[in-house]
Amino acid sequence: MTTDASPDSTTGARGGTSPSSGDAFDLLADVRPAAVEVHGAHKWFGTNHVLAGIDLTVRPGQVAVVLGPSGSGKSTLLRTVNHLEKLDRGHVSINGELIGVRRHGTRLKELGARAILRQRAGIGFVFQNFNLFPHLTALENVAAAPVATGRAGRAEARALAATLLERVGLADKEDAFPRQLSGGQQQRVAIARALALRPGVILFDEPTSALDPELVGEVLGVIEDLASTGTTLVVVTHEIGFARKVADLVVFLDHGVVVEQGTPTEVLDHPRHPRTREFLAKVL
Amino acid sequence: MGDTDETSRPGVTLVRADEPVTPPGGPRPDAAERVVPLRRPGRWIATVVVLVVFAQIVHGLITNPFFQWDRFGYWFVRPVVLEGLLITLKVTALAGVFGLLGGVVLALCRLSRSPVLQSMSWIYIWLFRSVPLIVLLLFLYNFSALYPTLGLGIPFGPTFVEFNESALATEIVIAVVGLGLNESAYAAEVVRGGILSVDHGQHEAAAALGLPRRYQFRRIVAPQALRSIVPNYVNQLINLIKATSLVFYVSLLDLFGQVQSLGSTYPGDIVPLLIVATVWYVILTSLVSVVQYYVERYFARGAVRTMPLTPLQKLRAGIAELRGRIAAGAVR
Repeated sequence: MTTDASPDSTTGARGGTSPSSGDAFDLLADVRPAAVEVHGAHKWFGTNHVLAGIDLTVRPGQVAVVLGPSGSGKSTLLRTVNHLEKLDRGHVSINGELIGVRRHGTRLKELGARAILRQRAGIGFVFQNFNLFPHLTALENVAAAPVATGRAGRAEARALAATLLERVGLADKEDAFPRQLSGGQQQRVAIARALALRPGVILFDEPTSALDPELVGEVLGVIEDLASTGTTLVVVTHEIGFARKVADLVVFLDHGVVVEQGTPTEVLDHPRHPRTREFLAKVL
Repeated sequence: MGDTDETSRPGVTLVRADEPVTPPGGPRPDAAERVVPLRRPGRWIATVVVLVVFAQIVHGLITNPFFQWDRFGYWFVRPVVLEGLLITLKVTALAGVFGLLGGVVLALCRLSRSPVLQSMSWIYIWLFRSVPLIVLLLFLYNFSALYPTLGLGIPFGPTFVEFNESALATEIVIAVVGLGLNESAYAAEVVRGGILSVDHGQHEAAAALGLPRRYQFRRIVAPQALRSIVPNYVNQLINLIKATSLVFYVSLLDLFGQVQSLGSTYPGDIVPLLIVATVWYVILTSLVSVVQYYVERYFARGAVRTMPLTPLQKLRAGIAELRGRIAAGAVR
């Protein structure tokens, strides 16, 4: 694979505004490392330059919503954050810790499988297609990871799982298998499963795209509740209404670069870039 | 047969107008709107034809003196036949277990990222699926002439352990090794197919949760893979039960071997002896099929919304229903 320097490699935030400048939390944010930081991210699928130099900073407790047309690289970006996809160049760090790699002089060396799995346990990920384990009940799905990673005993994990299912409004579905649940219920179990490891950051990859329209609300409601608890969330979605209501930071991606980013008002109501305007005109 | 299940369907039972019954599913629809199932006279005719043909075959089997059922009864439980059966069971069980274990290892090698492991596994599967089982067995039988000793050591270098092969290679060892080598090549493909049948999203979800690799395989991938591995592997196993009859050629007297040698001693009894072997093979296959049913049921956990009843549960439910109906009739 070629990794020759492309001319605009580090100018990912072309025309972008710095996120939430003048925010009251600036003082605090400067002290703590960014919850999620993507720096100079490049990724090729064969000859397709999917991520063409992305820089992104999400501060602790922020909700970042990533928008963009299909094929803009938003899902790939999200998947590089927990190293489901490897970057060809650049790095991702979470709370100041490099993800999937370690620094070796000027180069980055990939970590071993075990170390990557340990890092992933601290990052929640919610898939578009839920990907619940079909042979396990809702409770077992949620309790599996704390037990497997040695963070909790069996009984403790089951108690935690019960609490989390209650939190997503599924206390009565503990013993149901995923196939016996509706899409919205499955996605809520998947969110509970991601929460079971008490992650500092949760990534959502189009969490409502596989749902019937009337089920979208219940899932967005759960995500909204999470946002209010101060967990850092990165959400790839097409739900503009949700972005407007919940996001602290809206990032618009196209052709593998950040076209513009800012507060919902800045990006959604007063977009500065024609591509953003064009996209919003289509989806709104 | 047909009529009982028709009356048991809630929508079809006859209700007299003077008898206001409220079934569990709420009030019945207006009699005028009742849906009457389609009559199927063709099905009845076909049923009768099939039953007549079946009865004829059974009659032929029982009354034809050619089969000598008294001799069958005599041979069926002779100790010499049961000894052969025991050998068959032993060889099948050992080769089945080694075959499955070898198959799992080979499948994991083929799915690994190492090109060496991949191609070695591919070559093994290619080789042992190509060589006819009987050729393989005869080859192993003559193996001690080719390699009188077997040793463990560094190729072209020193040898650490050495076995005398003719002492090691008893008939049963040859049989188990031959069948096991062959079985593992097929089992490898069955296992690999099962692992590949697991949705990619499952691997991703397990990876995203940071589940340790062993846990991912044992608790997430394997249980789902087994759903397709079990029926295919049982197929293999049934083939194996019957393939054990080939061990006769490495002078191991299994069920078929005993029957064969008895047949040459008592040529008049050859037909009942063959039936003895057939019936035993049928019994073994049936036992395996019953086990398969319950194992499959176990791994179907979560794959269907409601579990179908087992035959035993169906029987019990049927008896309970019949009792209920008799009781209701007695009251009326």
